[in-house]
Amino acid sequence: MSLNKNRSILDKPLSRGKGEVSLSCFALLFSEVVQYCQNKSQTVPELQTRLHDLGQTVGVKLIDLYFVRERNGKREIKLLNILLFVKSTLWKALFGREADKLEHSNDDENTYYLMEKDPLVNKFISVPKDKSSLNCAVFIAGIIEAVLTGTGFSAKVTAHWHKGTTYMVKFDEAVIARDKQLEER
Amino acid sequence: MVIMSRSTSKFDTKKVNSELVTLTYGALVAQMVKDLENTDDVSKQLERLGYNMGIRLIEDFLAKTNTGRCFDLKDTADKIQTAFKMYLGVQPNVSNWSAAGDEFSFILDSNPLTDLVELPDDLKSLKYCNLICGAIRGALEMVQLDVQSWIVQDQLKGDQNTEIRVKFIRRLEDAMPAGEE
Repeated sequence: MSLNKNRSILDKPLSRGKGEVSLSCFALLFSEVVQYCQNKSQTVPELQTRLHDLGQTVGVKLIDLYFVRERNGKREIKLLNILLFVKSTLWKALFGREADKLEHSNDDENTYYLMEKDPLVNKFISVPKDKSSLNCAVFIAGIIEAVLTGTGFSAKVTAHWHKGTTYMVKFDEAVIARDKQLEER
Repeated sequence: MVIMSRSTSKFDTKKVNSELVTLTYGALVAQMVKDLENTDDVSKQLERLGYNMGIRLIEDFLAKTNTGRCFDLKDTADKIQTAFKMYLGVQPNVSNWSAAGDEFSFILDSNPLTDLVELPDDLKSLKYCNLICGAIRGALEMVQLDVQSWIVQDQLKGDQNTEIRVKFIRRLEDAMPAGEE
């Protein structure tokens, strides 16, 4: 094995992540992604699961990328901070701006809501009447879920049509309990 | 009078972060590799996806650039070069013209689709960038040019550059609506 020929991706410097591609290009690519998933699915929930899974594949890769680039490799240990990381750092890097709103549920302390009026992925999607529950932003919910779970804050993230799109983040009991312990110290 | 620069910023296209595209495409390819047994089938399907994108991208291109008919294949090559810049944010060189003038290559020294990408050993035959070949074929078909496009060199396989070859086949006389064959 000659060293030169097999320079791995880790030997190259990490890009600054400022590259840009046209929105039309992304929109059409995402349309193909949705169609591909749809062809493999019989029902709307199945389609959503597939999109969610693809989002997770993306999210897992983002963790290292963004923590190394934006945070000098330092991970978050507090629940609120990781949520702010998602709302600000992650959102800015991916979509060029922060998410619109982050709220804590009144009824359930394990649940947080992240709101976005007009998610990028839904910009060019018109949902057919018979599939009104379909929200293709589940792809982004998948990204969020992978980032939270991969950084030690296990959660389930779903996307809903509410004030635009609302991502519902439901943390595991254990995560909330651990966070409380941290606060008490 | 406004003097327009050669840069394509004049076309005012909205942009997204290229890593979002890279990783979304990567996730899709990875899923296809899981779904389809055969690597060649994945390459074929990627070409097909690109084709689907191409037949719609051309509308966007014509609308934004307000461009007219091409005089010859050289002109076509230049316009595709502009499209690369507009859509992928990279400018390839046009070169390696065949003697008959019916074949040429785009040489890319970087490509947002392959940033952060590494092909595992068992997928060395995968034509990861076939999406681009398909997009070129689809876009040109919509302006009545039948071409073949394929990858000659690939940075993912250790080549210095990525080279995409385009070969003119014939002019299509009847323009069929998209999706009807």
